[in-house]
Amino acid sequence: MASTVDASSRQGFKLSQLIYDTRYRSLTIQAIAMALLVLFLSWLVSNTVQNLSDLGKDFDFGFLGQRAGYDINQTLIPYTSGSSHARAAIVGILNTLLVAFLGCILATIVGVIAGVLRLSKNWLVARLMTVYVEGFRNVPLLLWIIAIFAMMTEATPQPRDFREGGTASMWLWDSVAVSNRGVYIPAPVWGPGSTALIIVFVLSIAAIIGFRRYAFRRQEATGVLLPILPVSLALFFLPSILAYFVLGGPVSLAYPELGGFNFQGGLHMRNSLIALWLALSLYTGAFIAEIVRGGILSVAKGQSEAAFALGLRPSRTMNLVILPQAMRVIIPPLISQYLNLTKNSSLAIAVGYMDARSTLGGITINQTGRELEGMLLLGLFYLVLSLIISGAMNVFNARMKLKER
Amino acid sequence: MNKTAFLGALTVTGLAAGAAAAATLDDVRDRGTLNCGVSTGLTGFSAPDANGNWEGFDVAVCRAVAAAVLEDPEAVEFVPTTGQTRFTALASGEIDLLARNTTWTFSRDNDLKFEFVGVNYYDGQGFMVPKELGVTSAKDLGGATVCIQTGTTTELNLADFFRTNNMEYEPVPIETNAEAQQQYLADACDVYTTDASGLAATRASFENPGDHVILPEIISKEPLGPLVRHGDNEWGDIARWTLNALIAAEEYGVTSANIEELSQGTQNPEVNRLLGTEGNLGEMIGLDAEWAKRAIMAGGNYGELFERYLGESTPVGLARGLNAQWTDGGLLYAPPFR
Ligand SMILES: N[C@@H](CCC(=O)N[C@@H](CS)C(=O)NCC(=O)O)C(=O)O
Repeated sequence: MASTVDASSRQGFKLSQLIYDTRYRSLTIQAIAMALLVLFLSWLVSNTVQNLSDLGKDFDFGFLGQRAGYDINQTLIPYTSGSSHARAAIVGILNTLLVAFLGCILATIVGVIAGVLRLSKNWLVARLMTVYVEGFRNVPLLLWIIAIFAMMTEATPQPRDFREGGTASMWLWDSVAVSNRGVYIPAPVWGPGSTALIIVFVLSIAAIIGFRRYAFRRQEATGVLLPILPVSLALFFLPSILAYFVLGGPVSLAYPELGGFNFQGGLHMRNSLIALWLALSLYTGAFIAEIVRGGILSVAKGQSEAAFALGLRPSRTMNLVILPQAMRVIIPPLISQYLNLTKNSSLAIAVGYMDARSTLGGITINQTGRELEGMLLLGLFYLVLSLIISGAMNVFNARMKLKER
Repeated sequence: MNKTAFLGALTVTGLAAGAAAAATLDDVRDRGTLNCGVSTGLTGFSAPDANGNWEGFDVAVCRAVAAAVLEDPEAVEFVPTTGQTRFTALASGEIDLLARNTTWTFSRDNDLKFEFVGVNYYDGQGFMVPKELGVTSAKDLGGATVCIQTGTTTELNLADFFRTNNMEYEPVPIETNAEAQQQYLADACDVYTTDASGLAATRASFENPGDHVILPEIISKEPLGPLVRHGDNEWGDIARWTLNALIAAEEYGVTSANIEELSQGTQNPEVNRLLGTEGNLGEMIGLDAEWAKRAIMAGGNYGELFERYLGESTPVGLARGLNAQWTDGGLLYAPPFR
């Protein structure tokens, strides 16, 4: 090695050294790769620009301000066909957020339960969970979405059947209607005084958090355990129920009722939402179950044996010893499952759920011919959403990390 | 140095792209097949038969163009498109011609940069409901759940119709006609709305077509026609005049039965020019003399195609109505072949 350096410094720099001299070779390769990448990207851009101009199209986001002209069934904010394409996009984005949010929650619940139960000593339960996990992990999500949707439209009665003398009837004392157009449930009606009720509720939540902190500190200092669960439950229910009666029942329920073609009143959860939500949750839940199982298995057996030796009950061993350590292993892959679920929600169009892909990335693009602009915006939306989710989960991860005292 | 190479690359790719975008005719000839966009399946307009061969009224336009250009009505690659994918497929060059119940509108022509080459079916949007609902007018549909195909003019007309009539409705957006049919038959929606011809075709494929009625209201104008990309006028002309040849053939009584005989020469100079025994029309659009003859022989003239795929004797059972020749009080009117 030393001799090469000597030789080259004596003879000056030769071009062949760029390839044969190990000191320069990696630089050369990097430079070439970089140049190729730049060339490729510039080719892509120039080709796009050229093709657009051949078609006589420009690159312009002005279409967002134009009248959309189409209706959307599920709108979380006011929207009519007279609203702009931008507003239609926002309606779609909110629908995406709704199903992603509901999906992440349900997937986590399902996943944790299935993951823990798969480790159960009960042979049947463990096998059942294996069937669930393998069944959902190994069949494409799209098939599950369509299968659940088809089951819900084919196996449930139509609104007409709920009429007097019809074959179908509502559930839970005539408050819930399960039909082939979705599930209608009672909707809360916020009367005067409901603000006060909400404030009481929020305060009682704050009280629960405060009490838990206090109990924890006391336990650290004195070792005395306070009855956390009963107190929390009491704090959760009692003040709100009291306030409800004191304020004279400010919140009432609007029940769905059959009128004309469909049910009116109440909250309409469309089949498209339910099918997408269930399919996303069950599918992602199967992956989360494996992550949870792996996380629990990653904690050495000696840990629980040591906890038992100290006299901790199994539930406390799980909560205080196993889970905190398993969380370190569980959270990072969990983040990517949440991201997957969110992005997979763009399969919504299969069941006509009007998410961002169906409004902005579907109808709007189709009516305005702005494929490139629409797809860029849509890509940007999913990118930002994913970054926000993983950012939030990373903060959570940092808080759950093992802290040394 | 880097910069010049970069600019060089830019111009080269630019030129290559520019050349590829023009001259669809050359592309089609080099390839030996015509890539034709059709629907994913609509009886009478475009649907594969039991042997997987595409057939129908829109399919016939593709075959006529292939016969004119490639001398073989079978030299067509059919590309099934949905309401949403059809325009991207055409704009990106995946297909050379789109014949898929597509309504000619101002914005599709000018904003989406397409060129409609004519109208092969004059239509309007209608509503279909199950008979047992007892609905007799579209004005009674307030509060109904309506199945619609997304990415269509149907969607926009529907919004306008309910808005102007001050009625509420619940749209159920659906990708293809097959899905819409399934949803409608499962009663997941009360009403199915699309072009009246599409409703008739869809109803024809039901087990009990008689259980469903098409309401009298027609709420829009839907001139359906084949279209090509903007900017290649030669190719647009070929598609346009192939369609015109089919229409003119009916007007002049040229049918698949008598075309061989007529192309020996007739007393009617217009027929002679059409069939290439007189004049040089074929040359003018870059084809040979017999282009129109082959196009007509591919499946017959406009009237024959209509009778075979949509007419009163078929399950679809549509009357000629607006789609009769101008001489019979319809709107079909091919410009002179001269
Ligand atoms: N003419 C309207 C509607 C076209 C349309 O989607 N028609 C339906 C039914 S008439 C169809 O062809 N469906 C076949 C398919 O789903 O592939 C338009 O151009 O937007």
